[in-house]
Amino acid sequence: MTYMRTFGPAADPVTSLGWGLTVICSLVILIIAGLLLTATLRARATTAAISSIPIVHPGGGLRWIVIGTGVSTAVLFGLVIWTMFTLAAIASSPEPPAFTIEIRAHQWWWEARYLNDSSDRTFVTANELHIPVGSPVQLKLIGDDVIHSFWIPALAGKTDVIPGQTNLAWIEANTVGTYRGQCTEYCGAQHAHMAEFVIADSAPDFKAWWDRQLIDAEVPSLDATTRGEAIFLARCGACHTVRGTGAGGIVGPDLTHVMSRHTLGAGTVPNERESLRAWINNAQAVKPGSRMPRLDLPPQDLDAVTAYVETLK
Amino acid sequence: MENVLKDTEAGRVPRTVSESETVIDPKLKAIWETAPGIRGILSSVDHKRIGIRYIVTAFVFLIAGGIEALIMRLQLAHSDLKILSPEAYNQLFTMHGFTMIFLYAGPVLSGFSNYLWPLLLGSRDMAFPRLNALSYWIFLLAGLFLYASFPLGLAPDAGWFNYPPLSGKDYNPGPNIDFYLLGLIFLGISTTVGSANFLVSLLRTRAPGMSINRLPILVWGTLTASIGNLLAVPAVSLACVLLFTDRQFGTHFFDVEAHGQPLLWQHLFWMFGHPWVYAIVLPALGIVSDALPTFCRRPLVGYTPVALATVATMIVGFGVWLHHMFATGMPVLSLAFFSAASLVITIPSAVSTFAWIATIWTGKPVLTTPFLFLSSFIILFVIGGVSGVMTGAVPFDFQLTDTYFVVAHLHYVLIGINVFPVIGGIYYWFPKMTGRLMSERIGRWNFWTMFLGFNIGFFPMHIVGLMGMPRRIYTYAPGLGWDTINLITTLGAFAFAIGVLLFLINVFLSARSGKLAGPNPWDAPTLEWSVPSPAPVYNFAIIPVVASRHPLWEDRLNESPERSSLTRGYLLNQGRETLATTVLDAEPDLILEMPGDSYAPLVLALALGVLFVGLILHSALCTGLGGIAIVIAILVWLWPQRRLGQVGEATHV
Repeated sequence: MTYMRTFGPAADPVTSLGWGLTVICSLVILIIAGLLLTATLRARATTAAISSIPIVHPGGGLRWIVIGTGVSTAVLFGLVIWTMFTLAAIASSPEPPAFTIEIRAHQWWWEARYLNDSSDRTFVTANELHIPVGSPVQLKLIGDDVIHSFWIPALAGKTDVIPGQTNLAWIEANTVGTYRGQCTEYCGAQHAHMAEFVIADSAPDFKAWWDRQLIDAEVPSLDATTRGEAIFLARCGACHTVRGTGAGGIVGPDLTHVMSRHTLGAGTVPNERESLRAWINNAQAVKPGSRMPRLDLPPQDLDAVTAYVETLK
Repeated sequence: MENVLKDTEAGRVPRTVSESETVIDPKLKAIWETAPGIRGILSSVDHKRIGIRYIVTAFVFLIAGGIEALIMRLQLAHSDLKILSPEAYNQLFTMHGFTMIFLYAGPVLSGFSNYLWPLLLGSRDMAFPRLNALSYWIFLLAGLFLYASFPLGLAPDAGWFNYPPLSGKDYNPGPNIDFYLLGLIFLGISTTVGSANFLVSLLRTRAPGMSINRLPILVWGTLTASIGNLLAVPAVSLACVLLFTDRQFGTHFFDVEAHGQPLLWQHLFWMFGHPWVYAIVLPALGIVSDALPTFCRRPLVGYTPVALATVATMIVGFGVWLHHMFATGMPVLSLAFFSAASLVITIPSAVSTFAWIATIWTGKPVLTTPFLFLSSFIILFVIGGVSGVMTGAVPFDFQLTDTYFVVAHLHYVLIGINVFPVIGGIYYWFPKMTGRLMSERIGRWNFWTMFLGFNIGFFPMHIVGLMGMPRRIYTYAPGLGWDTINLITTLGAFAFAIGVLLFLINVFLSARSGKLAGPNPWDAPTLEWSVPSPAPVYNFAIIPVVASRHPLWEDRLNESPERSSLTRGYLLNQGRETLATTVLDAEPDLILEMPGDSYAPLVLALALGVLFVGLILHSALCTGLGGIAIVIAILVWLWPQRRLGQVGEATHV
């Protein structure tokens, strides 16, 4: 989660500024600490009887203020200029963005809609964004319930997601990899569990991923998963969408390809069989306060639903 | 100065006398003494009592807020701990912030200034003694009102900044947020009347000769902070009223569905919030500027630049609120302006910093406990300052904001710039307040535990912030590299708490059996040290006439032939009287008839309390009764009293 080493043009100039500031500020602290220690120790009184020490009023003190403030002002002026150039450098992407992802922040997960001129290449996913390496991507941040803040430290600074307004941001990764981020505007009970991930793929991998995301869920082939689908439609479909089935809810994340994601509950637990099973059964024990109700399914039903969800690759 | 006040036909003559204090004292004491027992406790308007009450109450809240912090630090000591539920954690961090910022940091400085102003300015009391009492009672009741939510499990839980829509009815239907809003409006009354009182006291009740270029810097700090408060508090009170009507009466100021604007809250809140930051540090900087030179055995270097820097900080401080909102999607031009202003505000701080260092460098420092607290403050101030520069640089702030880096920054500001000078200030003025010195031996332990504990606890927060740990999270996942640093922070926080405990122990022991101090144990230069310790109830037997910034050092500094007159001056002993002087030059002007003990402030504060309790209970009856009681209390308060009437004006020739 550090942003002192970054991997894209929306963050890199800021990182240089950040290191510059860190070094300058550390030097200032060291210099002042040195002056203060020297000032205190060089002529300190050796007696405890304070009134026996004469009161003096030597001149020359003002020189300290003039020089000290002068130097500080010069350094600050330099920093202002550096800051402004950096601000200009990241204000917009160097080339037009390749495409736009519309992100809606919810308590406590991220909904992402990949936009495309042709509507049959548009799809919805959640919490994990894939982007192609080396191209800027525009983010359209739309507030839904309360204020959140979108942040992938290794790729760009924060932009708040505010209900009633649309904020724009852009990211670009220059290295293949997974970049973690987290909501940074306090948004209620589960603010701590609202992570998001950006996965930068090579261009062919990215295209394959996008193509795959467009496909509807497969019709289950086994008895168990068929039963699982039926239970899913009855118990889960009002809130979740699985494209190609009757489940069309929009309260929770789209689960059409949930197994292609690495975590559940916006980074709360890894997406593995045991945690998936526990999550389906009682999300409140995993992420107290989240919008997913406690289902308390009978064990066979739980197994069936888990098996069905595991087919959503 | 001899003949400034003269007889007029209708006017009374203040005598210029020189009598021994043993003659004057009993009579003045009889005039000014607060009634004994519970009556006196409830009705006293003595600024010294009120000041000490303010400080003690603020420290009780500091302890409460500190315990909240320690509980949170336990939860964060390691990843995925489950000591607290998310809801409990969120209430704790909200209450911690509210408590420290509103119920400790501001009021403790009000306490210092209440206690010190008349003593520093050479007057018998504040301009409005009853208003002073009212301001304290409201502060106490507002704090209790807010804390009443805790045992009910209904404490505010949307952060001390309380952003809607999270704090709106849809997402927070319980009374939690109403406690916040009403508590803050209630407290705002206290801040406002207190600030007005400081202003008028400064303008009208200085001793003759106390021209504005002779004011102690603490007075400059509190003056600036008071003006800041008067301008800033209305913004947040308004925001609270708007949100309260949104929640209770269905208005739509912040309601997105009806085209309300959540960002309106943020603007109003930070238009208040940022000046408030300066209001809770500028008086503390004043404590340093006034007390530090005493231990360097020389006057402060650069009095005028430091005083002007104080004022400049506040003025620029009104133009930087947007830097709390850099990530909200502002136009680049606004970002650039507020970013530049946020960096420029460092310049006045640099002036003060170099003034203090030069004072130590060119002086002969005596390393007492107060000196340790006040001088170590300088480095904490610089750390808090430069981390502020880092967050002021807008592109980097996109990364820093809402991470633990900001938590580190604000604690260096609030603890470094408020708590350290306050504790140094208590070591310094404790003899004046109690007549006894605090123990130096415990003091050393106290200082080093607090200083090391603080830095061990809070410095690593910068680093975990740079490692990307967000604020206000009740837990974090393992494997992000944050565990070790959080454990260190927790240990440091507990060490710091032990330091505070040592301070409290020192206060209790020294108040009982500390060394007797005498009038001026530090051989300090300002007026408050010219009177006995503890300060007599009437402050000054005769109103002194001031001729320089350092009335008690004049003979030794010998900067001009003029001398302040501390034993010869205006004796006002025909009632509760103090001298009013002209605004700029402090020439004697009027004799003010001051009110004595009164229950009116307490009754008015209680009536306001009834009103606010009525509002939180949604009880029209209770609210109405409170309203009626308020009107009655104000009428009783303002009912003309012959004794307070201005009998005659002394003319100014």
